[in-house]
Amino acid sequence: MTYVKYGSIILITLVIVAGIGIPMSLEPAGFFEFPLIPGLEDKARNIFFHVPTAWTSVLAFLVGTFFGIRYLRTKNIEDDYKSVSAAGLGLLFCILATVTGALWARFNWGTFWNWDPRQTSIFILLLIYGAYFALRSAIESDEKRASLSAVYSIIAGLTVPFFVFVMPRMMAGLHPGARDDPSGKGPLMQSGMIAGNMRVFFYLSLLGFTLLFIWLLNLRIRAARLEHEHSRQQH
Amino acid sequence: MRSALSSTFALFQKDLQSELRTRYALNALLMFVVTSVATILFALRSDQPSPSTLSGMYWVVVFFTAMSSLSRIFVSEEERGTTMTLQLVASPSVVYFGKLIFNAVLTISLTVAVTLLYTIVFSEYFIIKSSSIFFATVLLGSLGFAAAATIIAAIVAKANTRGTLYPVLSFPILIVLLMTVMNATTKALEGAPFSDALEDFQILAGYILVMTGGSFLLFDFVWKD
Amino acid sequence: MIDFELTVNGLTKEFNRRSIFRDLSFTLAFNESLAITGRNGSGKSTLVKTLCGLLAPTRGKVEYRSGGTMLEIDDAKHKVGLVSPYLQLYDEFTGLENLLVLSNIRANGTSDHDRALHMLERFGLGSRQDDYVRTYSSGMKQRLKYCFALLHTPQALFLDEPTSNLDAEGIEIVKAVVREQRNAGFLVVATNDEQEAGWCQRRIDLG
Repeated sequence: MTYVKYGSIILITLVIVAGIGIPMSLEPAGFFEFPLIPGLEDKARNIFFHVPTAWTSVLAFLVGTFFGIRYLRTKNIEDDYKSVSAAGLGLLFCILATVTGALWARFNWGTFWNWDPRQTSIFILLLIYGAYFALRSAIESDEKRASLSAVYSIIAGLTVPFFVFVMPRMMAGLHPGARDDPSGKGPLMQSGMIAGNMRVFFYLSLLGFTLLFIWLLNLRIRAARLEHEHSRQQH
Repeated sequence: MRSALSSTFALFQKDLQSELRTRYALNALLMFVVTSVATILFALRSDQPSPSTLSGMYWVVVFFTAMSSLSRIFVSEEERGTTMTLQLVASPSVVYFGKLIFNAVLTISLTVAVTLLYTIVFSEYFIIKSSSIFFATVLLGSLGFAAAATIIAAIVAKANTRGTLYPVLSFPILIVLLMTVMNATTKALEGAPFSDALEDFQILAGYILVMTGGSFLLFDFVWKD
Repeated sequence: MIDFELTVNGLTKEFNRRSIFRDLSFTLAFNESLAITGRNGSGKSTLVKTLCGLLAPTRGKVEYRSGGTMLEIDDAKHKVGLVSPYLQLYDEFTGLENLLVLSNIRANGTSDHDRALHMLERFGLGSRQDDYVRTYSSGMKQRLKYCFALLHTPQALFLDEPTSNLDAEGIEIVKAVVREQRNAGFLVVATNDEQEAGWCQRRIDLG
C-alpha cells in the first residue's frame, strides 16, 4: 500500500505540474510543448483531470458492485465495508467529474449542461449513487442493509449496457468519440492532434487517479472496520 | 413445474381478490391519474402540444402513478405481518412471479386508463396514427415497468421510509425504459411505419428479459430476512 | 413409523454483529419434542424462524431428512407447521378463504376443502368461518393460526407462544393437538411458561 500511496502522490503531482505548467504552442517543438488546438486552447488541459475523475467514478461503481456480489455469496460483512467504501469514493469522483465537466462545457459549448449522452450518463450514475445511499440510510439491520444495497447496485448495473444503445439514438453527442462526431475521435484524441506527450501525461494521470482510488479505498475500509469494532464494543 | 405454475397463479388470484376487496392500490391509482392529467391540462391550456410533448407527458403520468401504487404489493404484506405466512407456503420464485404478474396487470390497466383519458381530453392532438407501434410500446413498456418496479418494491418493503424511497430508487433503473417508450410513443403519434420503431422494441424486449432474469436470481436475497 | 428428522449443526445467528444464539447443535427425531425457553429477547422466536427456514443462519446448518434423504428447504417447508405471533393471516379474507387460498398457493395437494372445514370445526370457528378475519377477536385469530398450521398435517410442528390470547377451552384444544403431534412427527415449543415447557421431553435454555 505504501507504493500505491506514494505512487499516486507522485503521479498526480507530476500531472498537475506538467498539465498546468507546460506551455502550449501552435507548432509544438520537442517534448515539453503541448499543441495549441484552436477553439480549445488552454481549456484542453482539463483533460488531465476531467477524464480521470469520470473514469474513477465508473471504476468505483464496478468495484462496489463486485464486492456487493461477493457479499451475497459469502455473507461476510467485511465485503460490505469494501462495497460501501468504494461507492462513497465513487460518489465523490462522480461529483468531481460532473463539476469539471460542467465547467469545461460552459467555456467550450456555452452552457453548463447540454444533455449529451455522456453528461446524461454521469447524471444517472450520480442518481444511482444517491439512491444507493438513500437506501442504506433507511435500513437498520446491518445484514439487511448489506444485502439489499448489493442487490440494488447489481440491478442498477444491469441497466448500464442499455444506455450504450439508447442514448446515442436519443440525443446529439458533443463529446469526442460520439456518434455524430465525423472524425470519430474529436480533436483531442485524434492521433495527429493530440501529441504523444499529451497522451503520456493523460495515461499517467489515469494511472495516478486509479492508484489514488486504491489508496483512499484502503483507508476507508480500515476506518469502517474500526468504526464497527468500536460500536460492537459498546454493545 | 406444473405445481409451481398453479401456485404462482393462486398467489396472483389471492392478490387480485384482495385488491378488489380493499382497493388499496386501485383507488390511489385512479385518483392519481385523474389529478395528474388535470394538472397537465391546466399547464398546457392554451398551447398546442407536439407529439413529443404529449408522449413525454403520457409516460410522466404513468411513472408517477405507478410509483404511488406498485410498491403496495410487497409493502402491504410487510405491514400486515403476512410476509412470513407467504414465505412458509411459497418458494421465492413463486412469490416473485406471482407479484410480477399482478404488477404487470396493474400497469397495463393503468396505461389503458391514461390512454382513454388522453384521447378524451386531448382529442385534437393525442391521435394514435400508428396503432401497431402504440400498442406494442404500451404492452412492452408496461411489462418492463412491472419487471423493474417489482424488485424495487421488494427492496423498499424492507426499508423504513418506503413512500419517498420508492421513486428515488426506481427512477435511475427506469430511465432507459422511459427514454425508449417516449421515443416510440412519439413515433406512434407521428404515424411512423412499424419498422421505424423496431429497434425500440428490441431494446424493450432486452430490458424486460434482463430485468426479469436479474430480479429472479436476486429475489431470494431480498425476500428472505 | 415415518423416518423424519431435523438436524441442527453449529447454528449461529447474528444481528448487527451481535450474536443471538451461538453454536447450537441437536437432533430431533420422529416422536420427539423440544422446548425452547429463555427470557424475553433471548432469541426464542429467532431460533424458531431459523429452524423453519424463514431466516438464514449466520453460520451452521439446519437440515431436514425424510427417509434418509435430505430435503431442499422449500420442500421441507411443506412439512412444517408454524404458529407464531409474527405470522399473521389475511384480514380481508374469511377464515375459510384464508385456509383455502393459502393451501392453493402451497399446492402440494394434501389439503382440501373438507380438511379446512374440519380444522375450523375442531377449533370452534365453524360458526364464524364465513366472517372476515378482521372481525375476529385476538383469541379467534390465534385459533385460526392453528387451523392454518395443521391444515397440511405437518410432520414438524413449531409453536411459538402457543397459548397467547387463548381461553381455557382453546388451551385444552392445543393440549390435545400437542398430544397428537407426538405420533405424527415432532414438536417444538418456544415459551416462557413452565407448564408449556413441560409438554416436551427435552429443553434448550437460551438464557
